[in-house]
Amino acid sequence: MNPISPWIILLAPFVSATVITLFALRWKTLSSSISIAAVLVSFIFSCLIFLQRTSAATEFTWIAVPGFFHVPFGLTLDQLSRTMAVLVSGVGSLIHIYSLGYMRDDEGKSRYFAALSLFMFAMLGIVFANNFVMLFIFWELVGFTSYVLIGHWFDRGAAAQAANKAFITTRIGDFGFMTGILMLWMATGSVVFAEVAQRMAIFAGHATLVAIVALLIFCGAVGKSAQFPLHVWLPDAMEGPTPVSALIHAATMVAAGVYMLVRVAFIIQASQTALLVIAWIGTITAVMAALIATQQDDIKRVLAYSTLSQLGYMVMAVGLASNDAAMFHLFTHAFFKALLFLGAGSVIVMLHHEQNIWKMGGLRRRLPITFITFAVGALALIGCPPFSGFFSKDAILAIAYERNPPIFAVGLFTAFLTAFYVIRMLVIVFFGNPHSDSARESRESPSVMTIPLIVLAVLATLGGFAFFARNFLALPIEKEASAFVPVLALVALIVGSGLAIALYRNRATERVNVELLRHKFYFDEFYAWLIHWTQELLARVAAFIDRWIIDVGAVGGTSRGTWGVGALLRLIQVGNLQAYAFLFGLGVVALIYFAVIR
Amino acid sequence: MITLGDYLVVSGILFSIGFAGVMLRRNLIIILMSLELMLNAANLSLVAFSRFRVGANGLPDYNAQVLVFFVITVAAAEVAVGLAILVALFRARQTTDLKDISSLKF
Repeated sequence: MNPISPWIILLAPFVSATVITLFALRWKTLSSSISIAAVLVSFIFSCLIFLQRTSAATEFTWIAVPGFFHVPFGLTLDQLSRTMAVLVSGVGSLIHIYSLGYMRDDEGKSRYFAALSLFMFAMLGIVFANNFVMLFIFWELVGFTSYVLIGHWFDRGAAAQAANKAFITTRIGDFGFMTGILMLWMATGSVVFAEVAQRMAIFAGHATLVAIVALLIFCGAVGKSAQFPLHVWLPDAMEGPTPVSALIHAATMVAAGVYMLVRVAFIIQASQTALLVIAWIGTITAVMAALIATQQDDIKRVLAYSTLSQLGYMVMAVGLASNDAAMFHLFTHAFFKALLFLGAGSVIVMLHHEQNIWKMGGLRRRLPITFITFAVGALALIGCPPFSGFFSKDAILAIAYERNPPIFAVGLFTAFLTAFYVIRMLVIVFFGNPHSDSARESRESPSVMTIPLIVLAVLATLGGFAFFARNFLALPIEKEASAFVPVLALVALIVGSGLAIALYRNRATERVNVELLRHKFYFDEFYAWLIHWTQELLARVAAFIDRWIIDVGAVGGTSRGTWGVGALLRLIQVGNLQAYAFLFGLGVVALIYFAVIR
Repeated sequence: MITLGDYLVVSGILFSIGFAGVMLRRNLIIILMSLELMLNAANLSLVAFSRFRVGANGLPDYNAQVLVFFVITVAAAEVAVGLAILVALFRARQTTDLKDISSLKF
């Protein structure tokens, strides 16, 4: 394989985005065709380099300051990035095709597909980046395209605000990320992954420094992968079109944080403190998001919180120094979460953009394909054997059981909650009686939407089996001692599902009301309060400085000083010529005295 | 015998009268006259110095007398300018009294 083909994967979506934006914005069909062609080219070439195990690509020098700073523009090609490329471009292709159906009558279809292509370019850039500068730039580009896509329906206030929120919240994490990169560069003198990895010996004996660097880099992942405490943007990002939620906020972009952590694992694993913090952040995110998800009424928000929860699992695995388990879960999660979102999108479109699960009900007969595929995704999500989620979640729980029992306990509780809220959603949406007219009259989606669902459902089923996943990933090794972990996980699953079925079967209204969970632990309110008061405090300090130091002190002081001196000096101006002459004479005498006698 | 000291005393008295006139009188013309008086007091002392500083050749030191001519010339010029200002001032203000010329006072 020639070393140019990896570049084609990266550049095809970029060319598509450029061409659409510059020339094809007016022709919607043409733009969508260009975009889909580009992502398919990326997918085909990803498969090629995957099958041929290409490990070399042409590298360019981008910035070179001899002896000081060197940034190549090159691609990392290893098992991890090749798998990720196939995953991203594969799921991306399905979602592009699905978007044809979902965005059929949208005014901004060309703009949407251009942004989707740009997103593919940025995401593949993160996957292939071989140095921190490149990674950071593509990272920001992903953030930007995410902003554009969330705010696609920018004339809806909520969407515009959600886009801002996502952009600003991730920016907080990115600031830490950038600081971490700069510190790493100052310490090792390089930004290239391979070189930094070789020079990690510099950090021997500087445990605090390496912990700070690792945690700062982790900040980037906290923002992008929506971990506690920066998780608030992800549920709001559901204001975007559903395929975007599936692509960006479920399968790929939010997984970028986890992928990045795995990519720089050599830094993170150099610090036990950092690992512990990361593991606990992941655990807290997992359980908190699962708790919130149990009380949400919007189908996409339930899925958003489940994404948070699953990302928490992945970060937990990274924190437990098990990259294989993290990547395994990322891999299976990409399939079943994309599937769930696309299924939800199918439901939403067919119910004329109704997202409230209490207005659905009984859709199992009306949307049979959507129901079956959605159920496959749901079962994979709760970790029901033999679907993919069972294997990957089990791998993480087994590692947790082995390395950190408290985390295992929380993880198990989260598994129980996951089963509860997913089955709750499934029961309310697809079983019972229809709760609204649109639910009664809905029909199955067009095949352009159902085919991606079926493909994803097959992948979500197969994804976990070793014979399938082994081709893509290094699978975590199961220990004998952890044999009863799957049993415990299954018990949690059955209890959770049973409880949900018992509570919500044939129900038309919510039975349990927990205000704390319904309000998402009041995070948004807390942040609003915090920002309000920070701003207020800053404003007051600024007002004080302006009013008292600048106005009264500097400006007023100058004028009052001038006035005061003038008032003193004008006492001398008596207006009597002889007095002036006398003083003049005195002055001359004084001058002579000083010049001659002294 | 009249000594240098006597001349200087007369010169000093004339200068003091002139100075007092400048400082105390209100009429600008009198002040100008007093200024002349002070200049001539200086001239008197200069001439006295000249007369009493006799060189080896039996002649007085003429340098001081030359200086006196300069002072007389300058005084003439000063009177010309001063009186011109005074006339202009009188035309503007119809007064030569210093009490009424106090527009610099705050």
